Amino acid sequence: MTTTAAPKKLGLKERYALMTRGLDWQTTYQPMEKVFPYATYEGIKVHDWNAWEDPFRLTMDAYWKYQAEKEQKLYAIMDAFAQNNGHLGLTDARYINSLKLFLTGVSPLEYMAHRGFAHVGRSLPGVGARVACQMQSLDELRHVQTQIHSMSNYNKLYDGFHAWRHMHDRVWYLSVPKSFFDDAITAGPFEFMIAIGFSFEYVLTNLLFVPFISGAAYNGDMGAMAFGFSAQSDESRHMTLGLEAIKFMLEQDPDNLPIVQHWIDKWFWRGYRVLTLVAMMLDFMLPKKVMSWKEAWEIYAEENGGALFNDLARYGVRPPLGWQQACDDKVHLSSQAWSTFYQYQAAAPFHTWVPSPEDMDWMAQKYPGTFDQYYRPRFEHWAEREAAGDRYNNGTLPMLCQVCQIPMLFTEPGDPTRICYRDSVYDGERYHFCSDGCKNIFDHEPEKYVQAWLPVHQIYQGNCFRPEADPTAADFNPLLEVITWYQMNVGVDNAPYEGSEDQRHFRAWRQMTTSNA
Amino acid sequence: MQIDLRTVSITPVRQTFDHVARRIGPNKTASRYQEGVLDVQANANFHYRPTWDPGHEIFDASRTKLVMADWYAFRDPRQMYYATYTIARARMQETAEADFEFVEKRGLADTFAADAKRRALDLLVPLRHVAWGANMNNSSICAYGYGTSFTAPCIFQAMDQLGIAQYLTRLGLLLGDVEALDEAKAAWMDAPQWQGLRHLVEDLLVIGDPFELYVAQNFALDGLLFPLVYGTFDTALTVQAGPTVSMLVRFQNDWFAETSKWVDATIKTAAAESSANAELVSGWATTWRDRAVAAIAPLMDAALGGDAPAAMTDAVTAFDARAAKCGLTL
Repeated sequence: MTTTAAPKKLGLKERYALMTRGLDWQTTYQPMEKVFPYATYEGIKVHDWNAWEDPFRLTMDAYWKYQAEKEQKLYAIMDAFAQNNGHLGLTDARYINSLKLFLTGVSPLEYMAHRGFAHVGRSLPGVGARVACQMQSLDELRHVQTQIHSMSNYNKLYDGFHAWRHMHDRVWYLSVPKSFFDDAITAGPFEFMIAIGFSFEYVLTNLLFVPFISGAAYNGDMGAMAFGFSAQSDESRHMTLGLEAIKFMLEQDPDNLPIVQHWIDKWFWRGYRVLTLVAMMLDFMLPKKVMSWKEAWEIYAEENGGALFNDLARYGVRPPLGWQQACDDKVHLSSQAWSTFYQYQAAAPFHTWVPSPEDMDWMAQKYPGTFDQYYRPRFEHWAEREAAGDRYNNGTLPMLCQVCQIPMLFTEPGDPTRICYRDSVYDGERYHFCSDGCKNIFDHEPEKYVQAWLPVHQIYQGNCFRPEADPTAADFNPLLEVITWYQMNVGVDNAPYEGSEDQRHFRAWRQMTTSNA
Repeated sequence: MQIDLRTVSITPVRQTFDHVARRIGPNKTASRYQEGVLDVQANANFHYRPTWDPGHEIFDASRTKLVMADWYAFRDPRQMYYATYTIARARMQETAEADFEFVEKRGLADTFAADAKRRALDLLVPLRHVAWGANMNNSSICAYGYGTSFTAPCIFQAMDQLGIAQYLTRLGLLLGDVEALDEAKAAWMDAPQWQGLRHLVEDLLVIGDPFELYVAQNFALDGLLFPLVYGTFDTALTVQAGPTVSMLVRFQNDWFAETSKWVDATIKTAAAESSANAELVSGWATTWRDRAVAAIAPLMDAALGGDAPAAMTDAVTAFDARAAKCGLTL
C-alpha cells in the first residue's frame, strides 16, 4: 500500500458498493444456513446476490440529512395547522371521517411494514437487498409516527380516533386490512417482497395514497396533505425496491417464475380487496371530490399497471388473475361498500350518511349506466326512511369471506343483482368466499386461511364481550356489548353524521372563530 | 417582557388517545414520543402464525426468556421517535462531515505518521465488519422483540451501526484507499488476532432470543469494545501522532455516550422487574462479557502493546461497575 499516492476517484456505484456489500462476509464459524434460516424454504432459487442492482444509493449520512430536513418542515406545518385551528378551514366535518378510516385502517399497516421490513432486512442473504429493506423499515416507522402525530390534533377535537389501536385488532371491517398485513408478514421473506414491496408499493400504492392525499388537499386538510407529500420521496424509493425485487427473482432462475406468478395473482387480489375502503372513501366520504374510483382505477391501475405488466411480459409474467374482474367491477365497488357501511353504522366508529341529491347526480354522471340503475333507488329509499325518522340499521351480522374478511357484499361478475358466493371444503369443514380470487387463494394454502380470526365468527362464539358481561341476563344486548368491547363511545363515535357531535362541534367552532356571537 | 399573542382557543374534547391516557393518566397532554411509541404494536387476535416460525405468534413475548408484566415498561430516556432521531443524527453527521472535510482539505491523512496510520488501519478498519454484524443483530431485535418502546430504538441502533460501518469505510479510504479495505477484510477473515472476535460476532448472528441478543450485542460487546477502541486506543494514538484519527471517529464516541443511556435504562428496567430477570440478565451479561474480553484482548495486545493488560483490566472494571449500577450481579 502506498500512502502518499492520491486516493483513487471512486464512482458513485463503486463507492456505494464499498459502503454496503463490502461489509459482508461468508461466515465460517456458523453455517450460512443458520445465519439466514429463512432464505430457502419458499423455493426461490438465487444463484448470485451480486447481480442485485441497488435501486437507490443512499448512505446513512445522506439519509439522516435529507430525512431530518423533511421532518423539520413537516412538523412545522403540522404545528402551524394545529395552532391556527386549521381544521375549521375544512370543506366540511364529514371529511374527517376519511381520516378516521385512515388512522384505524392504514396507519397500523405502516407499523406492520416497519416490523416486516426489519424481519426481511435481517433475513435476505443479499446485502444490497437487506440494506434497502432496513431503510424501508425505518421509513415505515416514520410514516406511522407522522400519521399518528398529524391525527393527534384531530383526536383532541373529534370522535372516532381515540381507540384506533384497540379497534384495529378487533373491529369487524378492520380485520380486512389487518389480515392483509398479517398474511404478508407471516409469509416468507421473498413472498413478503412480492406482497408488499411489489404488489402493494408498486402496483397499488398510488390508489391508496393519491386519493387520500389529494382528498386532503381538496378538502383543506393541510396537516394530512403535508405528511402525504413528505412521504412521497420515501415512497418512490420503496417502489424502486419492489420492482428490483421482482426483476431480481425472475432473472435468477426460470423455476422462480411460477412461484412469483402465483404471488402476483394472490397479492393483487388481496390488495385490491383492501382498496374497497378507498373506493368508498373517494366516491362517498369526501365532501369535495377529487375524482371517482372509476377514474382513479383507470389511471393508476389500467394505464400504469397495464404498462408495467407489458414490461414484465419479457420475463413470462402475465397480468394477475382477477385483473379483468377488478376492471369490470370498478363501476359497482364503491356503491356496494358504502351501502354496507351505511347499514352497519352502529358498528363503525365513523359517521355515514345518505349522499345528497347533488352528490347522487355526481355519481350518476361518473357512473352512467350503473348508479341510477342499481344504487340510486336504494339510497333514495334510505333517504325517505331517514326523513320519516326511521333510519335503516341492519341488526344481523353478515357472513364474512374467509380470505379477505369483507362481508359477502360483492356481486357476481356480469350480474350486479346477485351476491357472489363461493365455497371450498377443507378437512371436513366448509369455508365461504366472496369471489373466485379469494377462493383460489384459500385453495392454494388452506392450512393458513383456516386460522383466520373472523370477527363475526368470534362474536357468535362469544369472544367479543367484556369479561364482566353476562350473556344470560334478560336484557343482554349482544351487539351493544360488542360495540362496547370495541371501546366505541356508543351513540357518539358510531352515530349517523346528521346530528352527530362532530357536526355540532364543527358548526359551533366555526361560528365562534368567524363571528362575535 | 413577554406579550401573549392571542389565538382563538377551543377547549379540546380529549387530550390524547385512550391507550396513551391509560398510561400517563387522564387529562394530561401526551408528548410526541408517547403517542408515537406507546402501545403502537398490535398485541391481539393475530390472524396467522408465521410460516417461518410456526411456534410463535407474529409478535410474541415468549421469543425471549425475559418475562415482563408490561413490555412498555421499557422507555427510551432520549425520548426518540423518528423525527427526533433523524434530527439528532443529522447534527452529528454534519459535525462528522466537517471533520472529514477538514482532514481531507488540510491533507492531514498524508502527514499523519506512517506507523500511527498503520496502527489505526489495523484496528479500526476491520471493525466495519463488527458494526455490520451489530446492524444485523439490531434489525433482528427490532423484528422479533416485543413492544414498540423496546423495538423501535433497535432499528435506530441498526441504522446507526450501518452508519458507523460506513464512517469506518471512509476512514479506511481516506487513510489507505481501497487496498486498506481489502487488507482489513483479509485480516478479519484470516488473521489469528481477529478470529476470536469474528467467531463471537458470528455466534451472535444465530442467537434466537431477542433480549439475550440485546444484552450480548448492545451491552456486553459494544460496552467493552467502544471504550477500549474509541477511548483508550484513540487517546493513545492521539498522544502518539495527534488528533487526526480522533476527528474521524468522533461520531462513534458521541454515539456511544448517547446510546449507552438508552441501553442502561433498558437493562435496568429488565433487571428491576424481578429477581428471576435480574439473574437471567446477569447470566447473559457475564457469559457475553467473558466472550467479548477473550475476543478483544488479542486486538488490544496488537494495538496497545505492553499497555494492553492494564487497559483490559480497567475496561472490565468499568463495565462491571456499569452493570452493577444497572442492577446486575456479575
